[in-house]
Amino acid sequence: MYAFDLARPADLAGAVATLQTEGAQALGGGQTLIPVLKQRLSQPSVLVDLSGIDSMKGIRRAGEFLIIGGGTTHGTVAGSAEVASSIPAITALASKIGDPQVRNRGTIGGSVANNDPAACYPSAVMALGATVETNKREIAAEEFFQGLYTTSLEEGEIVTAVKFPIPVAATYQKFEQPASRFSLTSVFLAKMGDGSVRVGVTGAGADGVFRHAGLEAALSSDFSAAAVDGVSVDAAMMSNDLHATPEYRAHLVKVMTKRAVAALS
Amino acid sequence: MAKITMTVNGKEHSGEAEGRTLLVDFIRGELGLTGTHVGCDTSQCGACVVHVNGESVKSCSVFAQACDGAQIATIEGVQNNDGTLNVLQAAFQEHHGLQCGFCTPGMVMSASELLKVNAAPSEAEIREWLKGNICRCTGYHNIVKAVQSAAATMAGAAQAAE
Ligand SMILES: Cc1cc2nc3c(=O)[nH]c(=O)nc-3n(C[C@H](O)[C@H](O)[C@H](O)COP(=O)(O)OP(=O)(O)OC[C@H]3O[C@@H](n4cnc5c(N)ncnc54)[C@H](O)[C@@H]3O)c2cc1C
Ligand code: FES
Ligand code: FES
Repeated sequence: MYAFDLARPADLAGAVATLQTEGAQALGGGQTLIPVLKQRLSQPSVLVDLSGIDSMKGIRRAGEFLIIGGGTTHGTVAGSAEVASSIPAITALASKIGDPQVRNRGTIGGSVANNDPAACYPSAVMALGATVETNKREIAAEEFFQGLYTTSLEEGEIVTAVKFPIPVAATYQKFEQPASRFSLTSVFLAKMGDGSVRVGVTGAGADGVFRHAGLEAALSSDFSAAAVDGVSVDAAMMSNDLHATPEYRAHLVKVMTKRAVAALS
Repeated sequence: MAKITMTVNGKEHSGEAEGRTLLVDFIRGELGLTGTHVGCDTSQCGACVVHVNGESVKSCSVFAQACDGAQIATIEGVQNNDGTLNVLQAAFQEHHGLQCGFCTPGMVMSASELLKVNAAPSEAEIREWLKGNICRCTGYHNIVKAVQSAAATMAGAAQAAE
């Protein structure tokens, strides 16, 4: 790692101010950023540790929304009674991220800000149509994720919370890449209050997380495995690496969607 | 450089750390507690697991300065007060849960948190919990047995105390 200073602000205002420093970068749980720093792929002058900011931690229900603070760890989400009663699919998602030690440090804010194409949370944020709250504004899911490792966050902008609409029912079906423990192809499927079905896919897309309009339309009119069979998932939009070909990923999208349908039937 | 202080296995320690100093390097280099191992240095293997304020973490993936003021538990503090192996360590020995022993400190620190949150874990729960701890020798089978056996011993002791 290159040398840098570590700042530990106690509140959001302090963090926002320190992030104005030339070359400053936010540090969440460090479960992605520290490995990146070790590879010298990033050279911040100051790392602003957000973990001491209490206002960014915690989970609460507000009417038809579940709000998770940006500094809340995956472990806290996985163990939360509020999450389990409001959106149990998010309990399942958080409890399958990495391993217990990653979950004890990694945060939802860091996960969405990083927008790793194989990360779990972005699929839930997209499928539920969640809103990402920052120190400056609220950003709709579709606008937030901008392709691989890219978001609409501005320099120094901090994810303070993610606000999830509570669905009628939802499920997260993860197909794990066993060596990395990330998603090879996973599907977050939600049935919303207005009768629509929404499908968020992570791990598969060449441009990162996406919703699949064909699957959503088919399942909204006929919530069955047969409806999934009738949809074509285009391999041309899938990513390709040593773990899986685009064709295999396209196939998995349908398999995982059918498992999701079965889980909610 | 900054001076930081942490309570490690019940004793207060101070030392110097840069912003980039990892907790594991502080524990091993500055405090001389070399029971905590570095297997991968890429957050994958779990040989470096310690507890920070009661939660297990990979100490190669946490900065030392971020633990200023924290309570740290490492493998050196696990033994019984009289110096004998504690229940979990003894179970690893009894069930051949180690061969070279490189992964063992991390395994014990990780499994001890599991037994704190789940006193009677199933085999599947143990395997799931130890996902972040890689062992190149044992094939995991005896590690799982050791954790199950320690859980049973602890349950027996708790019952006897009632
Ligand atoms: C072994 C292993 C397995 C894993 N498995 C999975 C998995 O199965 N699924 C999965 O989804 N993830 C997985 N992860 C990643 C993990 O969830 C990370 O915790 C997460 O991606 C990043 O969160 P963090 O809080 O650690 O962020 P950091 O690593 O601290 O930061 C990541 C990036 O986000 C920025 N950032 C951090 N917090 C904020 C914020 N509040 N506002 C704005 N920017 C911010 C940082 O500047 C940095 O660019 C795994 C990681 C490891 C090491
Ligand atoms: S050395 Fe920390 S996880 Fe391998
Ligand atoms: S006993 Fe050798 S790595 Fe586990």
